[in-house]
Amino acid sequence: MKNQADIEKLEKIASQIRRDIVRMVHGVQSGHPGGSLGCTEYFVSLYFHIMKHDTSFNPHAEGEDLFFLSNGHISPVWYSTLARAGYFEVSELADFRKLNSRLQGHPATEENLPGIRIASGSLGQGLSVALGAAQTKKLNDDDNTVYVLMGDGEQQEGQVWEAAMYAAHHKVDNIIATIDYNGQQIDGPVEEVMSLLNLKKKWEAFGWTVVESEGNDMASLVTTFEKAKSLCGQGKPILNMMRTEMGQGVDFMVGTHKWHGIAPSDEDLSKALAQLEETLGDY
Amino acid sequence: MAKFTYTEKKDTRSGFGAGLMEAGEKNDNVVGLCADLTGSLKMGDFKKAFPERFFQIGIAEANMIGLAAGMTIGGKIPFTGTFANFSTGRVYDQIRQSIAYSGKNVKICASHAGLTLGEDGATHQILEDIGMMKMLPHMTVINPCDYNQTRAATLAIAEHEGPVYLRFGRPKWPVFIPENQKFEIGKALTLVEGSDVTLFATGHMVWLAIEAEEILAAKGIKAEVINIHTIKPLDEAAILESVQRTGCAVSAEEHQMNGGLGESIAQCLGRNKPCPLEMVAVNDSFGESGKPEELLIKYGLSKENIVEAALKAVARKQS
Repeated sequence: MKNQADIEKLEKIASQIRRDIVRMVHGVQSGHPGGSLGCTEYFVSLYFHIMKHDTSFNPHAEGEDLFFLSNGHISPVWYSTLARAGYFEVSELADFRKLNSRLQGHPATEENLPGIRIASGSLGQGLSVALGAAQTKKLNDDDNTVYVLMGDGEQQEGQVWEAAMYAAHHKVDNIIATIDYNGQQIDGPVEEVMSLLNLKKKWEAFGWTVVESEGNDMASLVTTFEKAKSLCGQGKPILNMMRTEMGQGVDFMVGTHKWHGIAPSDEDLSKALAQLEETLGDY
Repeated sequence: MAKFTYTEKKDTRSGFGAGLMEAGEKNDNVVGLCADLTGSLKMGDFKKAFPERFFQIGIAEANMIGLAAGMTIGGKIPFTGTFANFSTGRVYDQIRQSIAYSGKNVKICASHAGLTLGEDGATHQILEDIGMMKMLPHMTVINPCDYNQTRAATLAIAEHEGPVYLRFGRPKWPVFIPENQKFEIGKALTLVEGSDVTLFATGHMVWLAIEAEEILAAKGIKAEVINIHTIKPLDEAAILESVQRTGCAVSAEEHQMNGGLGESIAQCLGRNKPCPLEMVAVNDSFGESGKPEELLIKYGLSKENIVEAALKAVARKQS
């Protein structure tokens, strides 16, 4: 566990990334702020504390931990994290979703943006991809860990469960998958659109070790990841059920699916930025 | 040029199995994934020789495609194996996003393509797969014609960087390509030289084109037979060079006319050198149960159909 000063440092980075997210989506009047704001602590804890990774970017990630984003629509938080970590210049965040940009609406490899290893956006595929990369790490005697983030609405995709079954059967125990359990999807609350019922029990029944975390509490996340890492290598894949609030950090965006995929107005932007401390300098 | 003959019949899927085994011996990075069809895909030898590099996926093709894409990160060369139907239509979006758009070095190996699957019927007889795969940017599409060519193609794609769709089939079929002929991706292979009409054929239809050439010769028509094993990238230079001399062409494939080899050739001719082109292909219908040879006749894919198409093309050229 990090000490309080370290946690506060991570929280300051998160505040800047939240500013980036709102500004990026506002700048192009397009994108997905809600899920991005909800997962900011997740990305900061991974890229600034938990993961072993090299910002000079080796596409094959030999000797490094690996991260995959399955719910690719929350690209703003990933792009900002990658830029703030040093994968590319923060000024490039201004290009988000614009013509000739490396920062595509959904993450892609075609434009060679450092940090991205596979395209995502069409849901349900990321866990399979992450498991494939985890199998290759095992074949290569590379004992680093593969991380993957999925949405909770995404759990409605059948391929997720094909992958879940595979992981337990093949004892893929070098993966820590996380579900952004915010209870919201485009058409409304997940429980109204297509109920997941007891999601934790489902994953346990599929043979995974399940840990739980508070995804908007940096200390909880760091502690959970450290526990999850200690559970790796024991013959079972690890799932982190991460409770978050969509839109966390901006009071009028919190807890509603309304801000899943719409951009803030000029007035909304001012209100949002007033709530988010500029800690590392805006791009 | 010597006439083609054969002394034995072997299935192209066994050519894949033999090629995969050799590719695995040559390169430790070759891995095999199979969705509960190890015997049908002839992947058993690879599984036995390299158990740590063989992954049983179960009946979960979407997951198999995603896993294969992920395995390339770190340098593996995954070969996925299932029937052509489940290799393409069932997993089109997974291939599109995780393999083609992401430029991943995955080899999608697909058996039991086309009508010659036989008795299992139309649910399994995919006739749209070439079209689906050739439309994807970055994808290479290969449909070899016999056991030896399938084996050689399997070895060639293992050394080729980038996504590949390799299509082969179920029935035992004449083996007529020399055993050690090197497979060059994207390079058309002239089997018989002629001057009156060019027969462009792919997959199982290549042997029928060779038989059709003999029938045409007896009628005084000199047909050139060109094996287009690589549908994408298409060897446009070879196609144009041939029709420059013959002035008309026939395409022959075990696939829908929409989206197939003939359509690619028509596009090439239309843009460069319009000339009569007849297409021997399935004309916008599903297949059905039956023996392979019965199905090829019923759906217009026999050697007689190729002869008829060639005569029509020659007549159009002269009219």
